[in-house]
Amino acid sequence: MDLAIKLIVLLPLLAAAIAGLFCRVIGDRPAQIVTCAALLIAAALSVLVFVRIGFGPDKLLVVPLSSWMNSGTLDINWSLRVDTLTAVMLIVVTGVSSMVHVYSVGYMEEDPSIPRFMSYLSLFTFFMLMLVTADNLVQLFFGWEGVGLASYLLIGFWYDRPSANAAAIKAFIVNRVGDFGFALGIFAVWMLSGTVNFNEIFAKAPEMASARFMFLGREVPALETACLLLFVGAMGKSAQLGLHTWLPDAMEGPTPVSALIHAATMVTAGVFMVCRLSPLFELAPIASAVVTLVGAATAFFAATIGLTQFDIKRVVAYSTCSQLGYMFFAAGVGAYSAAMFHLLTHAFFKALLFLGSGSVIHCLHHEQDMRNMGGVKEKAPQTFILMWIGTLALAGIGVPFIMGHGVGFAGFHSKDAILEASYGAHSTVGFIAYWLGIAGAFMTAFYSTRLMFMTFYGRYRGDHHTWDHAHESPPVMLIPLYVLAAGAALSGVVAYGWFVGEGWEHFWGTSIAVKATEHIIHAMHEVDVWVKLLPLVAAVGGMALSYYYYIVDPTMPARTVRAFKPLHTLFYNKWYFDELYDAMLVQPALAIGRAFWKKGDGATIDGLGPDGIAARAQDIAGVLSRFQSGYLYHYAFVMLIGVAALVSYFMLFVR
Amino acid sequence: MTIGLEHYLTVAGVLFTLGILGIFLNRKNVIVILMCVELMLLAVNINLVAFSVYQGNVVGQVFAMLVLTVAAAEAAIGLAILVVYFRNRGTVEVEDINAMKG
Repeated sequence: MDLAIKLIVLLPLLAAAIAGLFCRVIGDRPAQIVTCAALLIAAALSVLVFVRIGFGPDKLLVVPLSSWMNSGTLDINWSLRVDTLTAVMLIVVTGVSSMVHVYSVGYMEEDPSIPRFMSYLSLFTFFMLMLVTADNLVQLFFGWEGVGLASYLLIGFWYDRPSANAAAIKAFIVNRVGDFGFALGIFAVWMLSGTVNFNEIFAKAPEMASARFMFLGREVPALETACLLLFVGAMGKSAQLGLHTWLPDAMEGPTPVSALIHAATMVTAGVFMVCRLSPLFELAPIASAVVTLVGAATAFFAATIGLTQFDIKRVVAYSTCSQLGYMFFAAGVGAYSAAMFHLLTHAFFKALLFLGSGSVIHCLHHEQDMRNMGGVKEKAPQTFILMWIGTLALAGIGVPFIMGHGVGFAGFHSKDAILEASYGAHSTVGFIAYWLGIAGAFMTAFYSTRLMFMTFYGRYRGDHHTWDHAHESPPVMLIPLYVLAAGAALSGVVAYGWFVGEGWEHFWGTSIAVKATEHIIHAMHEVDVWVKLLPLVAAVGGMALSYYYYIVDPTMPARTVRAFKPLHTLFYNKWYFDELYDAMLVQPALAIGRAFWKKGDGATIDGLGPDGIAARAQDIAGVLSRFQSGYLYHYAFVMLIGVAALVSYFMLFVR
Repeated sequence: MTIGLEHYLTVAGVLFTLGILGIFLNRKNVIVILMCVELMLLAVNINLVAFSVYQGNVVGQVFAMLVLTVAAAEAAIGLAILVVYFRNRGTVEVEDINAMKG
């Protein structure tokens, strides 16, 4: 079992090294084979580990690798920690990653640098696996920064596009803001507990809860502060309200990247981190309330933007942002298991939606604007059906009350679990989150079906040359879609019992905060029937409205836009966040930078220093060089004067 | 009036000064510079011969012969250089010869 865990983590690194370093020697096809094979093996081993950990007697395995840093009382080791939480993430990461690898073989077929792409993908997977198997906060941070790097490399993969470079830099910089908070959070935890190892931190959590420190003359609870700082890191990585601006721009990367990094795995790292540190968050009620509010606000806010966008990938991107908000408010009210449940199901259906969108984009020769689509179901019937599965899973459609809890697509189970938990928490923030979540669910259903109707139904609105060459994707792209569609359809039904049903105690062990989970799962099952039904009603309502808007009466969208002009402008321009940040932060920063550059460095330092000295030297040399006229008679004259002076000197003074 | 040493020296001084002024003030032609150099050498020769006769020492006259030889050689080489220079640059104007300028 130890060997299997090591292989899961290290195989992707090996594959990335082979594909990345020897790409010129081995060529495109072997690079694809090596990386895909490594990931498929890792995925198979992950299933093995998942079954052993999730359903076996050992709930926690720690595989030490080597020592890393050892200074004073700071002792950091490389080791792989696998408990149920990690095992779930292993399934998500290796499962989606292997499917994306296979899909990329088809999608990136015409790209000139295939080995580089495959290498980056595998490298990303390695860092993500390091992140989820981390045994201490510093190793988690290593993986955290590594996935940030891989994300940067892959967003800017088409480096000849200025917009891709700008998006990559934006993602990197916005993430630095979050990482700054995360690093401070790690320092705070280290100050409080004197260790960065998870087990030791959790053991010391109760005494940390009562710690206080003085800040600006006021006494501040230390653990709350640490948790808030850690959550800032999670906000950056998971694109929560305020630090979300990089995620839609990240869609400049190739579509498989969007599916893997910016939908299924990396952006959920923040949720994972909060769940991993749930024993701390459980003891920090204020920080948890902040998590809930930020999550709920993001869930609502991102959905409103999703309603108005026309770029197919951006709609899905805002949907991702919104769904991450759901996960956070679930974690905020203490339903860590529900958050992880939604993380799992979301990984399947969102990767499916992204890869399906990629299939449509591939089909229409890199057309991404939904206004130029329509009627694609004739050309891509399989993609059409698969996308419907993803959409129904995202909207959360199912049949309640049969077979115990009900049967439905993945989102039906996980999103309902989250909403029930937030209502069942019986706190003010919980209620706010519930109602924002219901509104978000309505909008989610609306925009995801809007995507379907605009893309696949009606008449084609683009140019006919593209239409004549449109074609269904090859099997190498469709097979991963089928696998993910199976996950999107079934993962909810299958995993409900393990994650939030009766068997949760046995399944989770002690990998998430036990007391909070026990409380919330109990509360979830107690809520009124209407609370359970409302999300489904909202989803069906949203879909029905979307059907009316885009199929029955296609003039409705334009009329609604006219009726709510200011609101639509606000949503369409993404609540002016980019403009706000540009005016508040980017432009002042650029102005300061320019002032330092032009006035500080250019005028002062260079002017007085090297440039000034050089200019004076040139001036003096210019004067001196005039003596050297090049005319013979000048030299002769000087010679004569010299001789005359010498002779006079000797005659007058030397005897 | 007897012609004494001082008369010879005066003539030589005048000639030498003329040569120098010819070199410095001449703005036209390199050939004139060469001629001025010859003039200066001859002025020196007059000095040598005058002192030789005045002191009754023949070495001065021998040295004057040597100077004449050198002057002839110098004139030949100088003119040859000048011809080559004219072929290459198409001019012997003093104003144009300033390739040594820094």
